[in-house]
Amino acid sequence: MKKTLFDKVWDAHVVDTIKNGPQVLYIDKHLIHEVTSPQAFNELEDRGIPVFRPKQIVATADHNTPTQNQDQPIKDELSRKQLEQLSINCKKNNITLYQLGHKYNGIVHVMAPELGITQPGMTMVCGDSHTSTHGAFGAIAFGIGTSQVAQVFASQCLLLTKPKSLRVNVNGKLKKGVLPKDVILYIISKLGTNSGTGYFCEYAGNVFEEMSMEGRMTVCNMSIEMGARGGMIAPDETTFNYVKDRQFAPKGEDFNKKVAYWKTLPTDEGATFDKEYSFNAEDIEPMITYGTNPGMGIKITENIPVETNASFKKSLEYMNFEAGESLINKPINFVFIGSCTNSRIEDFRVAANFIKGKQKAKNVTAWLVPGSKQVETQIINEGLKAVFDAAGFELRQPGCSACLAMNEDKIPQGEYCVSTSNRNFEGRQGQGSRTILASPLVAAATAVEGKIIDITKHLN
Amino acid sequence: MEKFTTLHSKAIPLQIENVDTDQIIPARFLKATDKQGFGDNVFRDWRYNKDNTLNIDFALNNPNYSGSILVAGDNFGCGSSREHAAWALTGYGFKVVVSSFFADIFKGNALNNGLLPVQVSKAFLNTLFKSIKKDPNINIIVNLEAQTIAIENTDHVAHFEINSYKKTCLINGYDDIDFLLSKKAKIEAFEISLN
Repeated sequence: MKKTLFDKVWDAHVVDTIKNGPQVLYIDKHLIHEVTSPQAFNELEDRGIPVFRPKQIVATADHNTPTQNQDQPIKDELSRKQLEQLSINCKKNNITLYQLGHKYNGIVHVMAPELGITQPGMTMVCGDSHTSTHGAFGAIAFGIGTSQVAQVFASQCLLLTKPKSLRVNVNGKLKKGVLPKDVILYIISKLGTNSGTGYFCEYAGNVFEEMSMEGRMTVCNMSIEMGARGGMIAPDETTFNYVKDRQFAPKGEDFNKKVAYWKTLPTDEGATFDKEYSFNAEDIEPMITYGTNPGMGIKITENIPVETNASFKKSLEYMNFEAGESLINKPINFVFIGSCTNSRIEDFRVAANFIKGKQKAKNVTAWLVPGSKQVETQIINEGLKAVFDAAGFELRQPGCSACLAMNEDKIPQGEYCVSTSNRNFEGRQGQGSRTILASPLVAAATAVEGKIIDITKHLN
Repeated sequence: MEKFTTLHSKAIPLQIENVDTDQIIPARFLKATDKQGFGDNVFRDWRYNKDNTLNIDFALNNPNYSGSILVAGDNFGCGSSREHAAWALTGYGFKVVVSSFFADIFKGNALNNGLLPVQVSKAFLNTLFKSIKKDPNINIIVNLEAQTIAIENTDHVAHFEINSYKKTCLINGYDDIDFLLSKKAKIEAFEISLN
């Protein structure tokens, strides 16, 4: 039988099948962080159950960490306690933790791939919906709730019903200034926020084949924003070259053996999917969102659509936008470049390349938050920090930061923020804040101009 | 986990689509290390105005509405995987959420906390909204064994789907950890087969 990439990885991890019920799926790697793990540790402790495979768990502190003065004690008491609890729990259970300040610390979906923890063919979970990011390597990776975190602690397995399959094909040549973020925002704007619910999505076509690993991660990251638990891209030479020689990647002959296996994973010619969509790369342009879910996106040059339903109206009311209006020339006071969607070195290279020789607009507060300590170091070593400093941008320390505003990095009430993150929900970046999602290029251009501009006219 | 069999209750109508888990429980309340107290902050930024006064236009604050059933618009629970959303809803006193569509992760989290997600057709959802708004004291009857949801003293009744394994868990108050631990030998054998 012809199999998809997803089928091959899933089938290789089925421990047991319950008659008329779910399957027991083995999990290779479990990533944890401070926000969604404490109640799971409590659950196990209360029931006297040990952590089954501590060596297959990796912990980082990211959601609730400050992005300034990380060497000093955390001021917010609740945040400090939550981070201390993570340290205690990891120590007690022999789990490796890359805590704040550690050279491997960072956002869980940035640090795990860059350390070579993420590998093709794996099953990976984390108590975070953007775990879909790791699917960029041809892994089955998805977000789970805290009860499931406890289940994986206890058994290294989950009880799951196999999701349906979906393939999104994008072929052709992307226009200048169109980044991976625009590709995924375009797909979600066409398919809507729940088109992928119940499905695992494979992205296929030359557009994804030609993307860097960073770009593929940006795409897979936002699979959950169309409802899909996970997204995957077939592993190829780009994937193998990225994984090779990283700290936790297999080495020497082991690596060669793995590569031989990874090469068998791509979807068989003729395998069928439950749903399939195809788009032309030429139709995609730089994108922005205008509403309060990631499906409410338009090409930067388009006007906001006119719809009459109550949820649409509520959304525009929250954003203080009018149906039918253009967002070009809208003044913007906040710009955020960061999050597990766009905080990798390539994102900062794009931003620096545009910013070089220009100045940040006076009205704009611009936060650049690297995804990890390693990205931060790279930014400095490549001379990008010097570009950002000269232009008046603020480079902060790594963490989730203003993507979900659990720490102090909050956008004030009523203010717009052009953000490279993944969610424009009401209040996501702070109570009353208004988020406009965009690529790092559009975000950088907004910061320089102090307003939204038609980026397509500013590219040589 | 608490057992669930049947529920007779009034319902609160939340006629908004795409309710995301950031609305159910905003991120600033996720700093706790236990499961207590989230109910106090459920829908915090919709229940309260910017000046911290009660938003009387919001369904949960409307004194006409009460009960442990929340009836919500399409695609309920999208966004973040935070199980705190389920804890916030159960903490507030909800035992059932009815919608025409649920996001995957939320649905799983709800089931793992004895909160029953009942998926109905858009037409039946509209009937529910209309009936509750017309008579806020009307009772809704949810029967898990029979997999039905009905509006009391009317002909309006609908069947809902639930995974048979999960149904058994809810009726008996079992959770997945118990089940997985019973599979330990198979899991260990699987691990050996990997090497």
